[in-house]
Amino acid sequence: MKIVRITAVARKEFLHVFRDYRSLMMAIAIPIMMLVLFGYALTLDVDNVPLAVWDQSGTAQSRDFIARFDGSRFFSVRGTVVNQREMDYTIDSGRALGVLVVPRDFAQKLAAGRAAEAQLIIDGSDSNTATIALNYAEAVVQGYSQNLVFQAIRRNGLPEPRQPLNVKPRVWFNEELESKNFIVPGLIAVLMMVIAALLTSLTIAREWEQGTMEQLIATPVKGPELILGKLIPYFAIGLFDVLLAVLMAEFVFHVPLRGSVLFLFSIAVIFLIGALSMGLVISINLKNQLLAAQFAMVATFLPSFLLSGFMFSIANMPHAIQVITYIVPARYFVTTLKGIYMKGVGPSVLFAEVVFLMIYSAIMFTIANVRFKKKLS
Amino acid sequence: MMNTATNAVVVENLEKRFGGFVAVNRVSFEVAKGEIFGFLGPNGAGKSTTIRMLCGILAPTAGRGVVAGYDIYTQSEKIKANIGYMSQKFSLYQDLTVEENINFYSGIYCIPAELKEERKNWVLEMAGLREHRRRPTALLSGGWKQRLALGCAILHQPPIVFLDEPTSGVDPISRRAFWDLIYDLSGRGVTVFVTTHYMDEAEYCDRLGLIYRGELVALGEPERLKRDLMAEDVLEVLCEHPETAMGEIEQLPGVKEAALFGRGLHVVATDGEAAAGEIGELLARSGRRIERIEKIVPSLEDVFVSLIEARDRAEQPQAEVKR
Repeated sequence: MKIVRITAVARKEFLHVFRDYRSLMMAIAIPIMMLVLFGYALTLDVDNVPLAVWDQSGTAQSRDFIARFDGSRFFSVRGTVVNQREMDYTIDSGRALGVLVVPRDFAQKLAAGRAAEAQLIIDGSDSNTATIALNYAEAVVQGYSQNLVFQAIRRNGLPEPRQPLNVKPRVWFNEELESKNFIVPGLIAVLMMVIAALLTSLTIAREWEQGTMEQLIATPVKGPELILGKLIPYFAIGLFDVLLAVLMAEFVFHVPLRGSVLFLFSIAVIFLIGALSMGLVISINLKNQLLAAQFAMVATFLPSFLLSGFMFSIANMPHAIQVITYIVPARYFVTTLKGIYMKGVGPSVLFAEVVFLMIYSAIMFTIANVRFKKKLS
Repeated sequence: MMNTATNAVVVENLEKRFGGFVAVNRVSFEVAKGEIFGFLGPNGAGKSTTIRMLCGILAPTAGRGVVAGYDIYTQSEKIKANIGYMSQKFSLYQDLTVEENINFYSGIYCIPAELKEERKNWVLEMAGLREHRRRPTALLSGGWKQRLALGCAILHQPPIVFLDEPTSGVDPISRRAFWDLIYDLSGRGVTVFVTTHYMDEAEYCDRLGLIYRGELVALGEPERLKRDLMAEDVLEVLCEHPETAMGEIEQLPGVKEAALFGRGLHVVATDGEAAAGEIGELLARSGRRIERIEKIVPSLEDVFVSLIEARDRAEQPQAEVKR
């Protein structure tokens, strides 16, 4: 192994990347674009559910009740309807996700001390949002009726009853329960997997396609020298992408980074070696740029997106699928990044993940070296 | 016994099969140190396949081979350090400049730092690319590209160079200039193994191997091939209206073939003296003016055509039987 040869290959590869604006675009612009798109679009938070009201009662009480909904951060009242046709139209057209109907006898029943009724119609076509909205509504109604009870008791001069049970939940790690706080760190992992494999998937196939490989394999350059030389520039680009992603998480998405930055980058280094080597393995085997790029995309994007626990909790998957997730390298990188970002944990907690990523990278690097042959087939 | 002390390349019964197709069929030859050895044959004859096996980038199916004293099966990496190879297709990096390509191969061949500049200048000088050193390789003309490719292949000053059709698709002046470089290398004691399908280039070689359908059909110095290998005589006939005379001459007994060549005819006959008399009579009878009828040394093309026609004739009955 000669350093001179490795640097010669690395320098040449750098020149290729910087001469070809498309590869530069792929290396820098695509990660930024994906991060912005996914970071903003992929939100699971249900806030300000648009609501319409059909206030048949038209009394101070009914307006007070409606104000309770509008005042919470979960709902926002966008309009009123006055009949069945309008109500149907509002839901069908998606102007509101639900309609709150306050019946004519709402105030009378309350005044008489009887149970008043109100109806909430929710568009259930998005079951996840509908479920969350219903839970919010229940909480708002419960708070409202509890208030009424206390008011009645106070008016009658009785002592306020003590609540029998008082649960004080405290959320750790992501106190505001904001989905961006766990989506963005996972997104960095998924993004790096795809970009890294895509970057290197072209490099060896290109040389076979253009005939330059035939000249190269007739020289004394050794397989590992070529592989290492080709990895270095893409490794630098990959690391730059990670830096970019971390900076964007900090300054664009304001995701708090609680763990060690040094640990984060150390893990990124290990992961990058594996993902870049995997791209090389694809390139070495397929010897065709188009095929290699498409294969790299499919082989990295789907598993990292669906099976890494980035969005969908692995614990909720069927057992057979759970088993498959163990061989998805992004799973370990996602877990590590989420751990570093939200829990601020280090190698002692993430030991298994770190070891697995090391094994993955070692295997991929070895396969690339073994599979690369200095012979024509 | 293989003589590898005075020979740069020794090959015995070298064979390459691709599935059922025999690309190179048990060829044997030797290339002496310092000579220009030409490998002549039509496209698809097995020239590139042979050269690739000798350079250690294609595994042979059978046979033996030693290049620069190293075995082509077990020591291909040692061979690669001691040869320069220029593949048929232009294979430098088109998006890199002339200088960047040289620097890259200079690194690959581990040229010592103190020699780098000198070697680079030598290659730039040799290829006539000094003024174009910062030009992207893609913008160079064919002749320049070939000279640059040769330069990159000999940066490490190997004792043997393999050139696979180095002048295909290059204009005649650049071809001539390229051959000057080959002579120059040969003058420095470098062994040159070159494939071509140009007959005129074959004449420039010290020794030739004629390959046809994977088989070596002749081997020797160009002069000897022309003198010895043709069983028939070749007559040059210069007369009025050779295009019409050609058909009549071909009808004569003892004449095998007549073909237009330049402004006259080349006639292949079993007995030149007898045929010359008969042709003279025939032309006189038809009233054509005769300028000259003369026995000539056959050109390489005549030799090659007659050899492969003889081979095709010999193979035909076999093929019939097989069917």
